[in-house]
Amino acid sequence: MAVKGIIKTGEYYDSVSLMLVARALTEMEGVEDATVVMGTAENKQILEASDMLLDMFKDASDTDLLIVGKAVDEAKADEVIERAEELLIESKQKKSASGEHMPKSIEGALDQEPDATVLIISVAGRYAGDVAMDGLKKGLHVMLFSDNISIEKEKELKEYGREKGLLVMGPDCGTAIINGAPLCFANVVKRGNIGLVAASGTGLQEVSCIIGNEGAGISQAIGTGGRDVKSDIGGIMFIEGIKALEADEATDVIVLVSKPPAADVLAKVADVVKDLKKPVVAILIGGDPEVMTAAGANAAQDLEQAGLIAVALSRGESPDGVPASLEARKVEIIKQAEEEAAKMKDGQKYLRGLFSGGTLCDETQLMFKVDIGPVYSPAPIDPAFKLDDIWKSKENTVVDLGEDEFTVGRPHPMIDFLLRKKRIVEEAKDPETAVILLDVVLGYGSNMEPAAELSPAIKEAKEIAAEAGRHLAIVCSITGTYKDPQNRKKVEQELKDAGAIVLPTNAAASLLTVEIIKILGGK
Amino acid sequence: MILNGLFEKEFKAINIGLVSFKEALDDAEYKCIQVDWSPPAGGDADALAALNALAGL
Repeated sequence: MAVKGIIKTGEYYDSVSLMLVARALTEMEGVEDATVVMGTAENKQILEASDMLLDMFKDASDTDLLIVGKAVDEAKADEVIERAEELLIESKQKKSASGEHMPKSIEGALDQEPDATVLIISVAGRYAGDVAMDGLKKGLHVMLFSDNISIEKEKELKEYGREKGLLVMGPDCGTAIINGAPLCFANVVKRGNIGLVAASGTGLQEVSCIIGNEGAGISQAIGTGGRDVKSDIGGIMFIEGIKALEADEATDVIVLVSKPPAADVLAKVADVVKDLKKPVVAILIGGDPEVMTAAGANAAQDLEQAGLIAVALSRGESPDGVPASLEARKVEIIKQAEEEAAKMKDGQKYLRGLFSGGTLCDETQLMFKVDIGPVYSPAPIDPAFKLDDIWKSKENTVVDLGEDEFTVGRPHPMIDFLLRKKRIVEEAKDPETAVILLDVVLGYGSNMEPAAELSPAIKEAKEIAAEAGRHLAIVCSITGTYKDPQNRKKVEQELKDAGAIVLPTNAAASLLTVEIIKILGGK
Repeated sequence: MILNGLFEKEFKAINIGLVSFKEALDDAEYKCIQVDWSPPAGGDADALAALNALAGL
């Protein structure tokens, strides 16, 4: 085995471009591992852990680009470096392919476009906070995709934004739709009269897609980042977002999406909600719906119900019909669960949920908790069910592969399916696995060919089970619209062709899974 | 005026970081300018803190 590397000084690339290059390198024949990273202290630690920290890298700085390949022999390792350089040139060419002038600073961009309203930031966390403040001081609303920003900095940014009438969406805000424009990981939903405020990225995506797929539309979807509803921040932007939607003439219904807020923040939000004139739908996953109901909001049980209630209200209809329509579908799902469970072998009794969306993972956990009991997870609802080894499932297990511990040195699982594909095959080998549950999130930013990525793993998993005389159910939900760049219809069909059961929402897919596991007795 | 008129104005963005976020907006036919960003002060944390102090950030 040979390890070779080079340093390119003063060349800066964003982390996703680099990860995609590294991914292409590791797929070369005869290559065991390859990494292309900026020379930060964290990256050097990662290289050390995988025995790829060459002596020449030890003094490298943040602006040095490190390329290293581990391959069967020296010639192959040289080939890795050569290919990396080619791919980096391609990546640079792609960046400037549009031929547009790229200014070096916010000032330069504003000279070019003085009417710009929103600044989108996705640089490393240690720089992002200052870039955001710079933008706010120039009168720009901020969409802060970056994470790893201190809570103190977040508070400073949000207090400043509130004072100046500027939105600060994030840090760690994955998605928003402003004036119809999809920001970061957003879906294509037509404009309409439903406004969203969400402290949960995939929660916002799931609800906006359900609304879009029902033929209704979104006025604005404001993300706040998950920490906004914690006591330290006090819901600053969540509350500013609600007030903005209440005042917005194009918004007739307001939907609130969040993981459980801190009690004091929930009380503040309820206080604002009770004075609103517009109807409000609230889905606080795992939170107490009573507080919101008392404030006059329609409290939903899951993300799908929240979307459907909002659609009914947006059309001036009563939301009372929604539970009945979902009950009718439940009957169908139970029938399907009976058919699936009947095909399974003795001993098959557990769920393995492999998620790319954190809120969807939480929603499934919650549905299991209500109907079956707590499930194991790296981030369980019940602390007693914390998974000892995040790489190894136990009984009923759900994992969010988008959690930091899984994404060190690799792109988010909505972009890179490698980890999930490996885990699907691993779970299929376990004779106790009955259902593998997957979320497939479409939209801008996500992998453009999710079904082509997942189908081989789904087929392999089903074959592994079949060879051992088992029937494995692979249940997929799709978060996406028919207008998303991936084409939801095509994705659905390809997943079905691979042998998966495809349901329209995570709530429906989780319900089918719950019903199967209930029959099999996998507590 | 709500949020300085954000909802009434034409959406125009400035993107610093991942180019794919600009490409998504291009694809959806919204105006977005990409900043050719690199870490300030060559990525040196101490120099950056000093620069920020000077700039009053």
